[in-house]
Amino acid sequence: MSNAVSALQARVASGEVTIREDGLRGMIILRGDLASKKLRNVCKTVTGVAVPAQGQADVTGDKGLCWMSPDELLVLVPYAEVDEALAAIDKALDGEHYLAENVSDARALIHVEGAFAREVMAKLAPVDLHPDSFKPGDFRRTRLAQAAAAFWMRDEDTFEVICFRSVAEYVFGLLAQSAKEGPVGYFAKT
Amino acid sequence: MLTLHCPCCGVDADETDLHAGGEAHLKRYGPGSSDAQFEEYLFMRENPKGVHFERWRHVYGCGKWFLAARCTNTLEVFGTYPAQTLEPPQHIKDAISAKRPGWVWREFT
Ligand SMILES: [Zn+2]
Repeated sequence: MSNAVSALQARVASGEVTIREDGLRGMIILRGDLASKKLRNVCKTVTGVAVPAQGQADVTGDKGLCWMSPDELLVLVPYAEVDEALAAIDKALDGEHYLAENVSDARALIHVEGAFAREVMAKLAPVDLHPDSFKPGDFRRTRLAQAAAAFWMRDEDTFEVICFRSVAEYVFGLLAQSAKEGPVGYFAKT
Repeated sequence: MLTLHCPCCGVDADETDLHAGGEAHLKRYGPGSSDAQFEEYLFMRENPKGVHFERWRHVYGCGKWFLAARCTNTLEVFGTYPAQTLEPPQHIKDAISAKRPGWVWREFT
């Protein structure tokens, strides 16, 4: 078996806001009935968190759940545990109408950390990122410039961004350039 | 810029997050229908200047289809609603009537 590597192999662009590719992460796309008790239970077993409400993400460390659509969750686990998690989901949902797929190597995960991380993101996405509108715990699928992406806030100064592996180079470049150009001051804390 | 509220995921999505899917509430005529009916299904569209009903897909977001009532003349949005319906819900019709009394679109008023 070949040695698995992430898209940008933990590349870092340091600055006032630092852009950091997060390396390998286990990601499972889970489609099914989000109201199903079996589905909710196995999600909790695998990630330790409950299925989040619409438009929310609950991620702690390497594990968590993101609400992708009315019938879809993104399950995050450590890369080494993804096969085990997938097996647990398949076992629990046997007989139900569902789909679970390991997409870990099809995606990239990028962190945006620093004082004006909010503005680095807001320059690239058609999303209201005002501190009153988008808070830690909120999750959004949208685009960053021309590429599809999803993101949530780990805390007030940290965004985690997921994009397709094939556009990781492009998205990293966008974020690094947006950070390098500095804050706009629109969301400045007063 | 057009902003539509996606009824499937609750997001106010910018036009660039969406994909336009043409006219809503088309009746699909298939095998057994007349040539005129099939022609109407394939080609005949309202294309109005004013009140219009459209299909949109939240393509960069939740990926779901939904329907929207808006004015093609002013870009005013009267409301959005789930695609699993054969006609606009009453609250959408009421919202249009409040702004465009006497509106008519296909068989809907
Ligand atoms: Zn949506």
